[in-house]
Amino acid sequence: MAQIKGTNVSVGYEKRIVAGNINFEVNEGDYLYVIGENGSGKSTLMKCILGLEKTVSGSITFGDSLKQKEIGYLPQQSMIQRDFPTTVGEIVLSGCLNRLGWRPFFGKKEKEAAIEAMKKLEILDLEKRSYPELSGGQQQRVLLARALCATGKLLLLDEPAAGLDPYVQEQLYALIYKINKEDKITIIMVSHDIEAAKKYATHILHIGKEKSVFCTKREFIKENGACLF
Amino acid sequence: MSVLEILAEYLSRSMVRNALIVGTLISLCSSLLGTTIVLKRLSFIGDGLSHVAFGALCIAMVMSLSDKMILVLPVTILVAMILMGSNEKKMIKGDAAIAMLSVGALALGYLLLNVFPNKRSGNVSGDVCSTLFGSTSILTLSKTDVILCGILSCVVVLFFVVFYHRIYSITFDEGFASATGIRCGLYKMLLSIIIAVVIVLSMQLVGSLLISALIVFPVLSAGRVFRSFISVVTASGIIGVFCAVTGIVASILFSTPIGATVVCVNILVFAVCFLFGKVFGRH
Ligand SMILES: Nc1ncnc2c1ncn2[C@@H]1O[C@H](COP(=O)(O)OP(=O)(O)OP(=O)(O)O)[C@@H](O)[C@H]1O
Ligand SMILES: [Mg+2]
Repeated sequence: MAQIKGTNVSVGYEKRIVAGNINFEVNEGDYLYVIGENGSGKSTLMKCILGLEKTVSGSITFGDSLKQKEIGYLPQQSMIQRDFPTTVGEIVLSGCLNRLGWRPFFGKKEKEAAIEAMKKLEILDLEKRSYPELSGGQQQRVLLARALCATGKLLLLDEPAAGLDPYVQEQLYALIYKINKEDKITIIMVSHDIEAAKKYATHILHIGKEKSVFCTKREFIKENGACLF
Repeated sequence: MSVLEILAEYLSRSMVRNALIVGTLISLCSSLLGTTIVLKRLSFIGDGLSHVAFGALCIAMVMSLSDKMILVLPVTILVAMILMGSNEKKMIKGDAAIAMLSVGALALGYLLLNVFPNKRSGNVSGDVCSTLFGSTSILTLSKTDVILCGILSCVVVLFFVVFYHRIYSITFDEGFASATGIRCGLYKMLLSIIIAVVIVLSMQLVGSLLISALIVFPVLSAGRVFRSFISVVTASGIIGVFCAVTGIVASILFSTPIGATVVCVNILVFAVCFLFGKVFGRH
């Protein structure tokens, strides 16, 4: 059974459908790129998968013993304030919160998981640094490490590379790819970067006004994107 | 008599000791919760709530309730839950609505007190002044007041410690917290109840107009100096307690109004922290 399967999903706000008839299937270890114009409903679809918004119609089902709580998420715009006094270590550790259950405090296991995540994203040396003082790329890595702490199975990333310079962007993509390959963590990533999609994706979901198309990367490249339209 | 002797003489009186205990506890609670309130940009809710509490208190006075808390606490909690319950986007729009609510409550309370003056005191402006700016009533606390305040404060502090990591997560990034399965709605409800309790408690100390100062100043001072959340929370608690003790002692020595004195000490501490932050930089 697929890890996540969307059947005839329509997303929108207050009955106004933003994007309809979306079908997709994600299996363990897949790397799905979600592409589409601004305002086509990509972020909304992510929120539906996370249960932050309700689908207008259709269904999103979870398989492979994946629970909604176990998804790591990197929001497109977070409401994080510029001057929030907090350190990198605190943020990454807070990603482990959904493992706590009824316990009030973090134990050794969570702290080790946080260190592990920081190592993976090469930010262990920033652990004690203040978050607002970091550069955009560093901040993005911190949030990615936090998302990684929240899951061992699936990461939802909403334009993680937006606003970064091409070099840092490429670094970030390579890191995400590594996480996907080495840790077998499924990635669903919203992006406008079609070149990167061709390079890293296993599947591509194009959200369009008229119709949405789900295909494998091979189909996408073979038809040079024509399968989308 | 030296200052110390005067102080020792005052401290031997149980009412002064009670005032110190209650003042310290209240300041500790409000400075701890202040971290969440300020960092989550909810300061205006705290302010609005204090005015609502004032309005409720006026109604309780008019009704000549012997125990005013019976009315004030539930009303404030209810309003707090409504305000915190509405989601972030609505809340920004709700800014003006909260301003309306708070001046409305203020005006209504004052009007009621004038129309139905308290038979016992018969002194409207005295009543109003003491509810707005805090009264000497903190010096006339009964034993049960102190015990009640002590219990409530312990509950607040305990709540903050036990739920520290959840509070951090919700304060820092509510979207992520709820996306990863943290029940933000529940914790925000609990938080709003606690905030209401703290505001009603602090009304006794500094009066409803000055409550915000107890909530806002310690965390802002701490934020000037410290860079991690845990250290800001700790420092905020310590600063809150320090200011309360110093302020109450000073107000006794110089016979100044307690609330205003405590707030002024807070301002002084903020100035010091501000300079410290400027001089020693951000690293
Ligand atoms: N909270 C909301 N309430 C009502 N409508 C919304 C809300 N959020 C987004 N929308 C609308 O839904 C549509 C899709 O928004 P969404 O954020 O999903 O687009 P997107 O594909 O992620 O775009 P972008 O590439 O710019 O990130 C837009 O037309 C937007 O105006
Ligand atoms: Mg988007």
